Amino acid sequence: MEESASTIEVSIPPNKGLATEWASDQKAFKGVPWGKAMMWIFLVSDTFVFSIFLISYMTVRFSTKAEWPNPSEVFALHVGHVSVPLLLIAIMTFILITSSGTMALAVKYGYEKNRKMCAILMLATAVFGASFVGMQAFEWTKLIMEGVRPWENPFGAPQFGSIFFMVTGFHGTHVTIGVIFLFIMARKAWRGDFDTGRRGFFTSQKSHYEAVEIMGLYWHFVDLVWVFIFAFFYLW
Amino acid sequence: MAEGTQQHPLKIYFFVWTLLFVFSAFSYMVDWFQFQGYLRWGLILLFMLVKAGFICAIFMHMWWERLAIKFAILTPCFAVLVFVFIMWHESFYTLIARKLYFLVTGS
Repeated sequence: MEESASTIEVSIPPNKGLATEWASDQKAFKGVPWGKAMMWIFLVSDTFVFSIFLISYMTVRFSTKAEWPNPSEVFALHVGHVSVPLLLIAIMTFILITSSGTMALAVKYGYEKNRKMCAILMLATAVFGASFVGMQAFEWTKLIMEGVRPWENPFGAPQFGSIFFMVTGFHGTHVTIGVIFLFIMARKAWRGDFDTGRRGFFTSQKSHYEAVEIMGLYWHFVDLVWVFIFAFFYLW
Repeated sequence: MAEGTQQHPLKIYFFVWTLLFVFSAFSYMVDWFQFQGYLRWGLILLFMLVKAGFICAIFMHMWWERLAIKFAILTPCFAVLVFVFIMWHESFYTLIARKLYFLVTGS
């Protein structure tokens, strides 16, 4: 206690990048809407969830004695008599990227207060997202018919099934939730909620175009996760 | 530009959009041409990181965010890399233990 009575100089560090930012008295994320900061923090936690899935996938794939099924063959589709490797997965990848592009534009038009373009682009994003989930359902059906189960499969290492259903299932759930919220947001934008500041049904908070960017962050994150799943699970 | 809003020219979005398509096509080509070994893994990782980087930086506007928020989001991700490193070693230990066990029990 004696020391605290002596000289403690409280000085604000000179403006040298991060230290100044981080040592802020009241809030660290100045000028960042709280909803956006919270979404980012949620996304960091979600990153950990998906990281753990992919790490457990790495662990079981490296530690199994049985041969890992070749995804290039497992996910091949027959077009006529030709077997095209990974065809459906490639289409799904392109669809998700397209939806990410329409979402980015929706955010842009949102900030320009172009409510119709914003709503139409979000609707398009939702439709692309829904078609992605549809294709995933098709893929699951195909694999289940071929005898893939979380505990066994006819192609090789039994862990393949559990990882496949877990990872793509969790990702598909994220897409589905995103699609639902995109429809809600598109309706809000179309109705002009973000222009009039109409209070939300659930949160009673005033609507603002920031909500479109927050929606966008979530949607791009879902695309981001797919980039990693596509690389590590389907291509590796 | 008002604080907290993100307005950028249309051009940059179309540029990144095209880039994502091209790099997705590239990563599909890796499988199409059946590249194997380190070439395959290297290319997959390269295309993955480029795509992830552009989505994060441009589409999610991370590039224009404050340093404080960039730092808060990106640094925890290094913990993931540490975990990857630990589990990578763990998996090889498990594999050796399994092989030894099956060798001894003869199954």
